[in-house]
Amino acid sequence: MNLFLDALFLQAGYNAALVAIGAGLLGFAAGASGTFPFLRKRALISDAVAHATLPGVGLAFVIMVALGGDGRSLVGLLAGSAATAWIGLLVIEWIARRTRLAEDAAIGAVLGVFFGVGIVLLTVIQSMSAGRQAGLESFLLGSTAGMLLQDAVVIAIGGSLAVFTTWLMRRPMTLVAFDSDYAASMGYDVRRVDLLMMALVMSVTVVGLKLVGLILIVAMLIIPAVAARFWTDRSSRMIWIAGGIGGASGYLGAVFSASAPAMPTGPIIVLVAAAIFIFSLLFAPERGVLAAIVRHRRFQVRVHRLQGLLALAAEHPIREAYTLRLLAREGLARPDGVPTNAGRAQAAKIARDERRWDVAREVYQDAGLTGRYDGLTPIEDVFTSDEIADFDHRLGPPVAVESG
Amino acid sequence: MSRMAQPTIATDHGHSIDPARAPRDTALAIHGLTVSYGEKPAVFSVDAAFKAKGMSAIVGPNGAGKSTLLKAALGVIPRLSGEVYVFGETIRDARARVAYVPQSASVDWDFPTTVMDVVQMGLYRKVGLLGRLSGPVRAQARECLDRVGMADFANRQIGQLSGGQQQRVFLARALAQDADLYLLDEPFAGVDAATERAIIGVLKSLKDEGKAVVAVHHDLATVRDYFDHVFLINVRRIAEGPVETTFTTEHLQATYGGRLAATHLDELAVADGAR
Amino acid sequence: MGAEFVQFSLTPVLIGVLSAIACALPGNFLILRRQALIGDAISHVVLPGIVVAFLLTGMISAVPMLLGAAGAALVAVVLIEAVKRLGNIEPGAAMGAIFTSMFAAGVLILEQTDTSSVHLDVEHALMGNLESLVWLRAEGWHSLLDPSMLATLPGELSRIAAVCAFVVVATLMFWRWLKIATFDEGFAQALGIPSTALGLGLVVVAAIAAVAAFDAVGSIIVIAMFICPPAAARLMTNRLGHQVVWSAVFATLSAVLGYVLAGYGPFWFGFEGAVSAAGMIATVSGIILAGACVFGPHRSRVGVAQQEAR
Repeated sequence: MNLFLDALFLQAGYNAALVAIGAGLLGFAAGASGTFPFLRKRALISDAVAHATLPGVGLAFVIMVALGGDGRSLVGLLAGSAATAWIGLLVIEWIARRTRLAEDAAIGAVLGVFFGVGIVLLTVIQSMSAGRQAGLESFLLGSTAGMLLQDAVVIAIGGSLAVFTTWLMRRPMTLVAFDSDYAASMGYDVRRVDLLMMALVMSVTVVGLKLVGLILIVAMLIIPAVAARFWTDRSSRMIWIAGGIGGASGYLGAVFSASAPAMPTGPIIVLVAAAIFIFSLLFAPERGVLAAIVRHRRFQVRVHRLQGLLALAAEHPIREAYTLRLLAREGLARPDGVPTNAGRAQAAKIARDERRWDVAREVYQDAGLTGRYDGLTPIEDVFTSDEIADFDHRLGPPVAVESG
Repeated sequence: MSRMAQPTIATDHGHSIDPARAPRDTALAIHGLTVSYGEKPAVFSVDAAFKAKGMSAIVGPNGAGKSTLLKAALGVIPRLSGEVYVFGETIRDARARVAYVPQSASVDWDFPTTVMDVVQMGLYRKVGLLGRLSGPVRAQARECLDRVGMADFANRQIGQLSGGQQQRVFLARALAQDADLYLLDEPFAGVDAATERAIIGVLKSLKDEGKAVVAVHHDLATVRDYFDHVFLINVRRIAEGPVETTFTTEHLQATYGGRLAATHLDELAVADGAR
Repeated sequence: MGAEFVQFSLTPVLIGVLSAIACALPGNFLILRRQALIGDAISHVVLPGIVVAFLLTGMISAVPMLLGAAGAALVAVVLIEAVKRLGNIEPGAAMGAIFTSMFAAGVLILEQTDTSSVHLDVEHALMGNLESLVWLRAEGWHSLLDPSMLATLPGELSRIAAVCAFVVVATLMFWRWLKIATFDEGFAQALGIPSTALGLGLVVVAAIAAVAAFDAVGSIIVIAMFICPPAAARLMTNRLGHQVVWSAVFATLSAVLGYVLAGYGPFWFGFEGAVSAAGMIATVSGIILAGACVFGPHRSRVGVAQQEAR
């Protein structure tokens, strides 16, 4: 526990502090720039982009060695990974546009094949004399052991740029994600906006490769955005909420990882994000599952009660057992379907509203009323009390509600 | 919106069938059916009865719940309340007697399959998972294809056909099912005149064979020519009965409200008077 | 090709071919159902499935591994479906959230448990190890006729052979249901075909194929096996039956060529040692797909124009 608190307040050593700050920044950048690909329903392209960085890392290493370097320059490796990730992106786009294959097949094919090529290159590098200690495998699942200030700086700069660009371009990206045809009609180049979204994903992937690895970075791009969706209905806020969730996951994940042995940073970060996501899914006030269940039950009760009362009013038998149970429970009918006084009173009210609707539909024939006449919309929501009084007038004197 | 496309979770409360409520001479009996997408009812507390012989149209404006009614009757989408009987049985027990022609948009047109394959799909229930598609079975499929005038296209990929031709193939598939109740979702939507004639010819011959045909229909001008029974719906049931007495200006006005131009109503009324 | 081929190459090639076919068959339907990325999800959750199976049984053996992976795939699919429906989240993002979380959990458990005594490590799980599945005892082709020698074949071979046979039988048995439910789900439901159960069954079969192929190609490259051969096959024909046959041919071709290029290719370029066979198989399958995208007789969409015109 002490270890955890130390790590939480950055007191667990230089490296642990560096990792925590780096992971927090990376998480923020990933959450923010993952928002629009998610809203555009193309979240999994980032999975292909991430896997497609592997051959780039390998190629960059081979080229740097061939040019006489030791091949481990971080900037060089990242540049290589960006290059192949970009190629992968273009290939996906080309396949989806030019052939009959759907985008999902293109994503899967690029992901698998580029990763395969990357693995081939890694085995080539292992057989090179310079490659024995290259440690490129750490790009697969990330590694925080040897994190340097330089790595944190790369994350900070790259991440800030990605967040800033996301913020700057939020309007065109919102438009394209919401309604690409309309965006095109306004003169936006949809293809370029799409590529920009993916370029942001790619830059976050590249700067995060070393820390969480290419297989798990996609989780940081997707999960915070999905979790954030539960808390707001406004895309401009979602950027910051997703960033906050991502940042918290990154920071907390790194802290957990530093405070116990055999806790690899990347997976822990992802699991913290997953926990936040599950919490959001269940308990978010509007869109959460619990809220939805409560809402659905209420709605169902409302429909069955109304149908039951309509049947009582028309003196039809109540067919459904559930409806009958509901009315009996609310004291509106006896278990054998005979209405109680309260049930009769409510049925009379429903029947009166039905008759009012009949009059209203006759009076306001051309007003497009039909959409509101769905059985559930109260007549008071559509007409003023004066208008309703007028319907009542046309209906003649109200029928007295008799007690039975 | 995916939100709209996802029907609310089903609740089945379990029923035993009361024969008195589910007459066998009614092809499709619907009681108190409510279906909702989210909290907006698409169909509210609808009762309907389509008799075992004859041609019925389900008519109403866009978004009135016509397709929803069919799909909920078939059990393809869950219902919030209500009961459905097909020839006095639940849909589960009566599947073999029902053939369904979905709206053309619901199909993957790029699927690697031929016209003949599609028609044979209608026979799968009969031949089972592994049963051989024997000579007579194949001949039956070909006959159905012939009946809709598509025999020459048997080996075409389904996506290469025009909209009208596709619709005819789907009708042939339903014919292959050899059912007693045919449910069609907008069979004439977006088809050419020749297809429309071919389809209505087949449907009328089905009626003459004593089968029940129920179609979602959107063209008010042809209701009188094609159908003998009409069901008017706009979320709630507006009217139901023989075309002569039910398909009236008054009922149409109640169904369509302000959405139906007055001139259009006048035309229909003229047709009304001419009869 | 003599004794050395039988010793060092015959079994890896066979295992590669059988894995590729076992994955390609369900892959056809995944692609047609626009569920190619379920293949992605499965390939990632195989790892946690196997790790949990290992934790529960304490051993690396075929049946628990298969069950673990199939179970994990089912759990993943159910969770994805739940997130999709309950949370109104689009399928891709739901998949991305679930399978990465499960993969992370798998890696974490793997790191937390002592698996050094057994052959289960993350890198191996990601990259596969086809080259090690050799038949050292073999003395030549005649060993194939010697029952006592056959008993020394690597266990992975019989396992993948059984799985491949199972996949073929399942595909043939449910052919008609799969075809209708993939083409027109509403009609399938109206016929009373249990299309939900069928979809889950497809995922389970794909997961079983994935775990059997896991030995050979690792958990990530499996996705190339799921997608590339069927995708290329789709561009060759407009008949489902032909497409499935083409996909098996492409899968076989990828496995054989991939293995040969990985083993002998580097020598041709003057390198020493071999490169990853699994990676090479994925590469070849990608090249085949690229070829089909450029030259496949049915590569472009038809009917799109008329669909849009309507």
